[in-house]
Formats: sequence, C-alpha cells, structure tokens
Amino acid sequence: MNDVKDLLILLLSSSLVSNVVLSQFLGLCPFLGVSKKVKTASGMGVAVIFVITIASAVAGVIYQFLLVPLKLQYLQTIVFILVIAALVQFVEMFLKKSVPSLYQALGVYLPLITTNCAVLGVALTNVQKEYGILKGIVNGFGTALGFSIAIIILAGIREKTANNDVPESFRGMPMVLLTAGLMAIAFCGFSGLL
Amino acid sequence: MSEKKKTDSPLERLGNGLFKENPTFVLALGMCPTLAVTTSAMNGLGMGLSTTAVLMMSNLMISLLRKVIPSRVRIPAFIVIIATFVTVVQFLMQAYLPGVNSALGIYIPLIVVNCIILGRAEAYAYMNPPIPSFFDGLGMGLGFSLALTCIGAVRELLGAGKVFDHQVMPGSYVPINIFILAPGAFFVLAALTALQNYIRIRQKKAGKEPKKPAGCVEDCQNCAESGCGMRFYDAEGKKDAIKKTNKKAMAEAVSEPPKKALAEALSETQKKAPAENGIKENAPAANEVKEKEDSEKKAEEENKKGGEEK
Repeated sequence: MNDVKDLLILLLSSSLVSNVVLSQFLGLCPFLGVSKKVKTASGMGVAVIFVITIASAVAGVIYQFLLVPLKLQYLQTIVFILVIAALVQFVEMFLKKSVPSLYQALGVYLPLITTNCAVLGVALTNVQKEYGILKGIVNGFGTALGFSIAIIILAGIREKTANNDVPESFRGMPMVLLTAGLMAIAFCGFSGLL
Repeated sequence: MSEKKKTDSPLERLGNGLFKENPTFVLALGMCPTLAVTTSAMNGLGMGLSTTAVLMMSNLMISLLRKVIPSRVRIPAFIVIIATFVTVVQFLMQAYLPGVNSALGIYIPLIVVNCIILGRAEAYAYMNPPIPSFFDGLGMGLGFSLALTCIGAVRELLGAGKVFDHQVMPGSYVPINIFILAPGAFFVLAALTALQNYIRIRQKKAGKEPKKPAGCVEDCQNCAESGCGMRFYDAEGKKDAIKKTNKKAMAEAVSEPPKKALAEALSETQKKAPAENGIKENAPAANEVKEKEDSEKKAEEENKKGGEEK
C-alpha cells in the first residue's frame, strides 16, 4: 500500500509540481512550436506520453540489465540518445504496420519527438535519482502527462489570444513566452501540494 | 562536401562567434539551456564554458574525420562524437567543479541535444579544415558563454540584487525573486526575442535583408516545425546526402518516413489557414461570376471588402 502511495506522489510531483516544461525547461521547442491549435497540441501530447513512457521503460531496462552489470554506466548519455532515436523509429514502423489507426493519429508527431530533450532528460533523471524500472516508468508517464497538460493549456490560451492587439515587436514568440511565464507562475502554486 | 572555401583565419572565426553570429543573441539557437541554467551569472558561465569545451572538441574531431564519415550516416556519427565529449566534460566537472556540476545537474548531459553543437558541426566543421573549425567552435562557445553570463547576470541582479555573488544593489533594494525562479526565465527570454524582433523590423524597414540563422536553419521558435525537429533526419538535403537508393544506410532508413510525415504535418498546418479563408471568400464570388458581368462583380467585391473593413 505504501508503494502505491509513493508512486502516486511521484506521479503528482513529476506532472504538476516540477512540470517538465514550466519548471525544468525541457522540451521547450515542441512546446512553443506545436501549440498553435488545441487539436495538434493534444495529438503531440498523446504522442509524447506514448514515447516517453516506452522510452523510460526501455532505457531503465538497458541501464539495469546491461550497463550496470557490465559497469558501463559512464556510457549512459551515448547509449540513451541512440536508443531513443532508434526506439522512436521502431515505434513508428511498428505502429504503421500493426496499429494503423493509432499511426494515423500520432504518426506526424513521432519524428518530432526524437529530438525532444525531455525524453533524454527523463531517462537521465531516472538514473540520477536512482529510480528503479517501475518508478522510472511512472516518472516518465508523469513527466509526459505534465508536458501534455502544459501544451494543451498553452494552445488554448494561444487560440484565444491569437488576434489580440499586441505591440509589433511582441507579436508571435515573445507573446507566447510571456504566456508561458504566467503559466509558470501559476504552476509554482503546485509546489505547496507536496 | 569538398566544397572549396577560403580558409577562415582563427581571429575572424572568434569574432564571428562572439559578435557577428552570436548563437544566442543573433542566431537564437539553443534557447532551452539558455533558460534553464541562467539563474545566476556563475551558472551561466559554467554552462557556457562546458558547452564551449564540447563544441571545440567536437568541431575539431568532426573536421578531422570529415572525409571518413559518409554523408548519409553523418548525423548519428556526429551525435556519438558529441556525446563522447559531453561525457568527458561531465566527468571532469564532477571531479573538479562539483559545486557547479550539482547546480547544473541534468543540463550538462543534455548538452548533447543542444542545437548549437550539431548546427555548427553540420554547417561548419563538416565542410572546413580542423584549425578554422576548432576556432569556430571556440568563438561560438565563447559567444554562447558571453550571452549566458549576461542573461544570468541580469536575472541575478534583478532577482537577488547580486552579480557573481557580490552584492551590487543597495541594501534598500527589494529583490524581485521571480526572476531567479522559472517564470523569470520566460519573461527575460520574451524581452530578448522582442528585442530581436524589433531589430529585425527596423532592418526590414531600412530595406536590408534580415540575417538568417545558420546551422539549424530556423531559430528555436520554429524548431519543432522545421529545422531542429528534423536535425536527426537530414531534412534539407542541401548536400548529396539523401538519395533514394541504398536502404541499408542508416540515415536513409531514418530519413524517409519522417520526411513524408513532416511534410504532411507542415502542409496541414500551413495550408489549412489560407485554404479555409480562400474557400469562404471565393465560393460566393464564383457563383456570382456566372450571373453577373465583370464590372458588377468587381463593384460587389469592393463593397464586400468595405463591409469587412467596417
């Protein structure tokens, strides 16, 4: 019972309290780039949840059962980034062949995720904080969930404010960044949660 | 690949990286670490210098190996080289600068995915001899360090009243804590990009072509939609990289499906807006053409436009 409670707390803290985009600044590029419409943003969010959860599981297994027994922990950065790049490719091929409907929904976003530093970031955090495989997966899922929450909220706000009258030099990205900053302030409130 | 350029002098490269093509202020590359680690000037400097070390060494190594690496698999090869040096730097910092290392934490290994390094490898080191490449890396790295230190100093000054841990503001100054917290980073970057926009707008008004960022093709703002998101895949095909022949080649296997998918994604997002508008405006007009004469139609369109404006 205690374990379940631990996992729930981990989920909560990785998704809301230390939100991956708004307090750790990982995965900023897709956060800023793919957040013009709620629809695309939610597609991206689901794809990120999918990939990060799988990637953290695979990276965890490789670390525990390959790198640690061989005492090759120092290779983690190289191994993780190559594994993630290959994994995304495999996932894409697999979905294309066997779950075409899911591929239709996520396919477009998958290649964008390879370079998402959040994926590598989660894998490295899992090692750094010495989460096991199960905790690693939960942490990965929570992080990705946090990413999705943030990107969908931002897309919603951007849809509302798209036609607002803004000073010329603040149009576009600066405005989005200000919005993200305000969201980050709001998310700071979650730090009282735990 | 063997494009013959005149070799650039080391000094010119240094100046280029520091000022003319400063990666942060001019090219707007590598914004993610810029936001994350600039809570103080010291952290900014530490991050900047470790990136510099990686950038110098990876540029040197890639330039030395540029005739050995086949262009199809160059991106994975670059990544392995970069990741190697990042690992080296990480362990050096753990050993000799434990304080800075723990402050920067996970962002040190994440130097691997920094736009600047792969961008320079692709745009400069792969096409130029070792010595200019080395100095290009040094210049770019120092430019990055300079930018990070400045941003860090501003945030530290506003957020804690200090610069490099020295009290600068008078005791009566109440620090605006938010600037060293996460939201402050967004606000500072917003101000910075607004400044860049301002300069760009002024350049356009003066009739000059605004400078295009090298390397990543686009700045981080457009990262996910174009340049950076594709940087593993060799989207541009500006060199002899992509040919639809050898399926065994890794870059090939990697590049094909994403290319299509991305093209679809791009066309989806870009075409939708104008297409929808076009249909709405043109459809009634097209019907009218059959019934009325041209002059009438023009008049009506003008009326419509007038109505819309009102």
